[in-house]
Amino acid sequence: MSVVKRVSMIFKAKANKALDRMEDPRETLDYSYQRQLEMLTQVRRGVADVATSRKRLELQMNTLTQQQAKLDGQARKALGMGREDLAREALTRKSGLQSQIADLSTQYQSLQADEEKLTAASQRLQAKVEAFRTQKETIKATYTAAEAQTRIGEAVSGISEEMGDVGMAVQRAQDKTAQMQARAGAIDELMASGALEDVTAQPNDDIQRELDQMGGGQDVDRELERLKGELGQGEAPREIEGSAPGATGAASNGQAGTAAGQPADQPGAGDGS
Amino acid sequence: MIVRILGEGQLMVDDSVTAELNELDAKLEAAVNAGDEAAFRPVLTALLDRIRSEGTPVPADSLDASDVILPYADASMADVRGLLSDEGLIPG
Repeated sequence: MSVVKRVSMIFKAKANKALDRMEDPRETLDYSYQRQLEMLTQVRRGVADVATSRKRLELQMNTLTQQQAKLDGQARKALGMGREDLAREALTRKSGLQSQIADLSTQYQSLQADEEKLTAASQRLQAKVEAFRTQKETIKATYTAAEAQTRIGEAVSGISEEMGDVGMAVQRAQDKTAQMQARAGAIDELMASGALEDVTAQPNDDIQRELDQMGGGQDVDRELERLKGELGQGEAPREIEGSAPGATGAASNGQAGTAAGQPADQPGAGDGS
Repeated sequence: MIVRILGEGQLMVDDSVTAELNELDAKLEAAVNAGDEAAFRPVLTALLDRIRSEGTPVPADSLDASDVILPYADASMADVRGLLSDEGLIPG
């Protein structure tokens, strides 16, 4: 076993070297136990850090997904109004978001896997630390310092290996989270600076503004039709038309085109609704 | 024998698979020596898969040291070289 054998030997050597031997071997037990508790704290903190990063990615993914849904809605609305150019623009922006979301999703899954692995590692270490504590007390109660040597060596080398493994896993997870935090931070900054808004928010505004204008116009038209329908039963508009020419001018700003042919009280009602 | 896959814990593997594992290990060494990342990846994956399928997990509260320690699954060749160097990948 060449590569594997070398990895094994070197790993064990390093793991054991990490533990300073005390003059009285029984003190080594206490010292090792102290280190184990510290490592348990470290790995738990590691799990929490990974979870925080994962949640941050989740928030970003949600935001981008909402943007995507909004663009989709705009595309539909635009098409419904016969504005294929606007619909195309919205869909183009939507597809731009898709790759961002896919990228975040990959990172998310990777973090999730890390979190599960670290959680399992923390549980394994916890079980070993508890076993070690029991054994430590037994060894201290039963053996003299000289006798204890072998037993201590066995107990300590097994758990030192575990600590080396867990320590490495925590280190790797931290390196990876740091990288992802940096990328997530970059996306947050892009969102804040408005650079990403070229793809999302700001263009949406352009599209949305046009849709709003068109939609608003149509909505008012529809509202007018509805009101006309209601009032049409009483034939009231015609009477008002003749009697209140001043009101028509005042109320028709912005809706001059649609309001012009219709009586003065309708635009007022439309504005209020 | 007890095999540790770094990052995954310890597994008890029957000695009867040792020959097969040695074969994969030889391929792994060839890949590492040649600096052949393309050959390295599938061999490492095969080695770990074999251990996972053959092995049974060692109880979490066991304090036994491992006979063999294998690199973690997503280790690059550079990572393996790090494991083989005196410079610690093991913090502290």
